[in-house]
Formats: sequence, C-alpha cells, structure tokens
Amino acid sequence: MNKVLYIKSHCKIKNNELFFNNKSIFKDNESTDLKSFLKSSYKFLNLKYGKFFKMDSLSKLSFLASEIIFQNTKIDTKNIAIVFSNNASSLETDRKHQKSINKIDDYFPSPAIFVYTLPNIGIGEVSIRHQLKSENAFFVFNKYNADFHTVYENSLINSAKADAVLGGWTNVDNDTNYEAFVYLVSKKGTIEHNKKKLNKLYKKL
Amino acid sequence: MSELKQELKAKIIENLNLEDFSVEDIADNDPLFGDGLGLDSIDALELIVMLDKDYGIKIADPKQGKDIFVSIDTMAKFIEENKK
Repeated sequence: MNKVLYIKSHCKIKNNELFFNNKSIFKDNESTDLKSFLKSSYKFLNLKYGKFFKMDSLSKLSFLASEIIFQNTKIDTKNIAIVFSNNASSLETDRKHQKSINKIDDYFPSPAIFVYTLPNIGIGEVSIRHQLKSENAFFVFNKYNADFHTVYENSLINSAKADAVLGGWTNVDNDTNYEAFVYLVSKKGTIEHNKKKLNKLYKKL
Repeated sequence: MSELKQELKAKIIENLNLEDFSVEDIADNDPLFGDGLGLDSIDALELIVMLDKDYGIKIADPKQGKDIFVSIDTMAKFIEENKK
C-alpha cells in the first residue's frame, strides 16, 4: 500500500516577490524587468555562484526557487528527484535564439543562448548546484496539473526511486508573465501531499 | 592595440555575462580558461562567434581556439593580424 506523503516546505516567486511557506521573505520594489529582479533576488539570498549569470531566465527562476527550499529546509538525503512543469516551455529563450537567426545576412546564433532552448536545462542547473544524481523530468502542460504531479511524485517515492521530490511549476513567458511554485515532497511533514493541497497552495500564488 | 584590448575585455564581460568582473579586473596576460576567468567550452564557442560577428574573422578549425584564446594578449594579436 502506498504511504501518505507530505509537502515539507514550499516557495513561490511572482510579481517581484519571494515567498517561503506562504510568508513573504523579499520584495523588490526597484526592478522593472525580470532580469533585474532575478539578480536582486540572487543578492538577497547571498549566493556566490558565478554560473548563475550565464543562465537564461527560466533556469534562474528554477534555481532561485530551489535555493529558497534548500536554504530553509532540513533534509538528510541527496536522493531527491526533480519534477517540474510549465506551459511556456523555453519560449522566452527560443525567441532570443530565433531573433539571432532571422536574417540570412546577419546570422549569428549564440551558443550560450542555444544551450538553454530546452526547459529541462534548469533542472540540470539545480542538480549540478546540489550534486543531485537522481530521477528528473520536465513536463509541458496548458496549466499547472496538480493531479499529475501528485501521482508522479508519489510514485517516485513509493517505488523507492527517490527519498524526496522537488516538484513544481516554473514558468517564464516574458518580463511580466512569470511564476514559480516549488515544493519539497517527503515522508515527513505537516501538509499532506495531494491534489487538493497542491492546488490550494498554487492558487495562493 | 591597447584600445583593442580594452574593447575585448568589455565585450567578453558583456557577451559572456561575467557579472563578477570589471575591465580593470582582467590583466592582458590573465588566462581566459582554467584558473583565470574560468571560461568553459560554451564560452569558447561564444568567442568564436564574437570574432566572426565583430571582427569578420572566421575560424575554420575550432582547435585553433586553443592558441588564440589563451589571453587578451593572444586574442588581440590574432585579431590585428587577421581582421578584414
């Protein structure tokens, strides 16, 4: 029989604000674009990780959300699977890449941009940062699919593929249309990991 | 040549998103890879594109990059000798 699992902690990033367990931890009233907000969030979290600045916005968003979870949650395993989803895939970066190859007489695709034209690269960045060599997957849905996430994340832990799962929705379309809702699922906690609770937490976003 | 070196430093910081560096932080003979600026293989490809886009120099054999991208000094020398 499958065990009941729990949401150990959760975070949200939206409208220039960072939340951990529903509590606002940082609000940026200065930045007028996503790049600036992500940089000020990086500084707020006191990170020293130069590679951050080479990432695209989706990877930065996924990275920061994961940092908030791992900085504030005690967890004694590295066998943490990652299951993210969104609806814009890597569209923001795809557009930048397209712009660099639109004109045949000005055709200079940037390798540094091209490597981020897949949404799951952000998972790779989080895995490198935290030395996670675990199961991971990135799905593209029309909207946040709590039902799918619940089943998939439960399955990973109940089948012993992972001890915990970092799950969530990390989406970037443009400077104003972005959001992250990331949570840690484990065998211990206070909020039951199910469709209803995930939807409730996500809708507070 | 000195102007070109300053220009290269600014372009490298801008194009490779080296937020932790300023032009003053980079010496002309600092290694660009390894212990120096810590550039990686994607950065090397980006430098090849930069030479083509900004200076009209195409590098047919990427292995050449190993000698060209040693430092700002070697890059500037190569550009002076090959720019169109």
